[in-house]
Amino acid sequence: MGERILRIDKPWNWKQFFLQWEWLLFGIFILIHIINSFLSPYYLNIDTFLSAPMNFLDKAFIVLPMMLIIILGNIDISVGSIAAFASVMLALMFNSGVPLPWALGASLIIATLCGGINGFLQVQFKELPAMIITLATMIIFRGIAYIILEDRAAGGFPAWFSFFAWGYVGPFPFMLIVFVIAAGIFGFLLHKTGFGRKIYGMGSNLLACKYSGIKTDRIIIMVSLLTGFMSGITAVFLTSRMGSTRPNVALGYELDVIAMVVLGGVSTSGGTGRIAGPILAVFIIGFLNYGLGLMNISAQIILIVLGLLLVLSVLAMNVRITKKGKKSV
Amino acid sequence: MMKHMTKKGMVLSLIMAVVGSMGVFASGNQSSGGGAQGGGERHAIVFKSTGNPYGERMMSGFEAGIKEQGFTSITRAPDLPTAEAQIQIIDQLIAQRVSSICIAGNDFDALQPVLTRAKNQGVKVYSLDSAVNPASRLTHVNQADSEKIGQTLIEAAYDLTGGDGEIAILSATSQASNQNIWIDYMKKELEKPKYAQLTLVKVAYGDDLRDKSVSETEGLLLSYPNLKCIIAPTTVGIAAAGKVLSDRGLQGQVFLTGLGLPSEMAEYIDNGACPYMYLWNPIDVGYLAAYVGTALTNGKIAGKPGDQFPAGRLGTYTVTQAPDGGTEVLLGPPFKFDKANINEWKAVY
Repeated sequence: MGERILRIDKPWNWKQFFLQWEWLLFGIFILIHIINSFLSPYYLNIDTFLSAPMNFLDKAFIVLPMMLIIILGNIDISVGSIAAFASVMLALMFNSGVPLPWALGASLIIATLCGGINGFLQVQFKELPAMIITLATMIIFRGIAYIILEDRAAGGFPAWFSFFAWGYVGPFPFMLIVFVIAAGIFGFLLHKTGFGRKIYGMGSNLLACKYSGIKTDRIIIMVSLLTGFMSGITAVFLTSRMGSTRPNVALGYELDVIAMVVLGGVSTSGGTGRIAGPILAVFIIGFLNYGLGLMNISAQIILIVLGLLLVLSVLAMNVRITKKGKKSV
Repeated sequence: MMKHMTKKGMVLSLIMAVVGSMGVFASGNQSSGGGAQGGGERHAIVFKSTGNPYGERMMSGFEAGIKEQGFTSITRAPDLPTAEAQIQIIDQLIAQRVSSICIAGNDFDALQPVLTRAKNQGVKVYSLDSAVNPASRLTHVNQADSEKIGQTLIEAAYDLTGGDGEIAILSATSQASNQNIWIDYMKKELEKPKYAQLTLVKVAYGDDLRDKSVSETEGLLLSYPNLKCIIAPTTVGIAAAGKVLSDRGLQGQVFLTGLGLPSEMAEYIDNGACPYMYLWNPIDVGYLAAYVGTALTNGKIAGKPGDQFPAGRLGTYTVTQAPDGGTEVLLGPPFKFDKANINEWKAVY
């Protein structure tokens, strides 16, 4: 068990360094670009490279906190519903006369509180698995969104609001810049702070952490609040991208996000994974999807390719982990 | 260590194989597209979602119409009937620099940002079947006069119920603009004194998903035991309702009518669950859209009322003012299918 956490303290070894999961992902990432540009004459184009991420980055904001949750050994399947709820509340507040900047702030607070509810339930009712708690809140949050808007759409946002998901700062999409900053913050939190080290520790052995005096409940609540907040960020970008919202937006985002985290080398049994993996996975799945689309491949086949990639990557990771297990025995 | 390496290498090569298989899928797709490198202009159609037989027919008509003029067609549909998924597809089509995009919108307004981007890049954007808002389209290819569809379906319900009783509507998604326009016209028609004894008890939404349409139909039958007629102006909904009514043996007690595909509905027209229904030919809708796309691209029309253009075997069409403030091209009146003619049509589409 110790080996996973203490890896940073081991002497640097080039073989070990390049055999890491992240390098494999990087290889797949490059390979996808090579194949895509070989197959589609429209792929190798700076416009494509910069505008394609705008199609998948909205959900990538949830990948960051989801990574923390999965390292903790937990799961959260309510994130898509939180994003839908926050998006609907944003439109509702704006349409009832709240100025848009205030409505944006308020919907982020609402999303954060939704995450807080998940965290509160988890520390209060430890006998319930996180999966069941977030399954319940997933249904509740989307249910409220449906009660508010029923089957209608809401929108009518001012033109400047579309800047969030469609605007560029210099040559770079605004969304990409925000994502890079967010990824930097999460990377710092996870790898350079005590907060991050406690998360790894709790994922490896919750009980040991508790007995060593770590306030585990507080960490769980903080991660849940972060997850809610980032779901709110996704809601803002998604709403901006569509210019209107419905209660059925962000449908299935939780599964897309979990798939990205798992492909990124984060084990669902907790305690492992580094920030670079899920971020690479976001771009792998995103560009694979985009490239297949550029070749006008039908949607069902795209799903099959993504499914195969996921199955094989999980397989690859388990080969690695069982090997390690054997070594330490 | 050696064993570790080989196992890892095996998985790695498997992953490479999956990524590499993209190429196989891609080349397979291009050959089935019938020489995607054919003519210079490429025209794209984006339907609401995959697995919709009505949409498949429409896309095949579009493909035929484009090929006939010597150009290349691209047919796309997302796996989920959402606006998000359509935005991504349109973005990919813009990157491919297609000449025109014909869209059956999953949302009236939500596609405006991406369609505006397409317009700014010089792509001719128009809609078919389910319109997008007038600001984001040049024109709309409509199956039939929406008002006439509303009137025809209410008249059918009047006829089937004997002019008195509870009726319900089973629609697609609540955001499908064509459905909503028809439902509005149906409601308007019901206000006429002739229909005073008909009560519309509910508009249910099956989202054009078969399982949801089935459960919505069952819900209607449970909640309204006196229901006499279901109007389903959507091909997925009417087929689902036909199945529920047949399975429960409700023929003669609850009548079904609406808009359905002859091939899917033949069984229920034969067994009496749906005495008659209406539709236009979806292949013709797609075919007409193909000619609208090329006429917009070569500048023959600009999508203004009064613009005229030839549409191959269908003859000459004129762009007219649409009730939503934009313009549209109307295919023609809906066609009635009943026991007398269903067997000859079910083989066609």
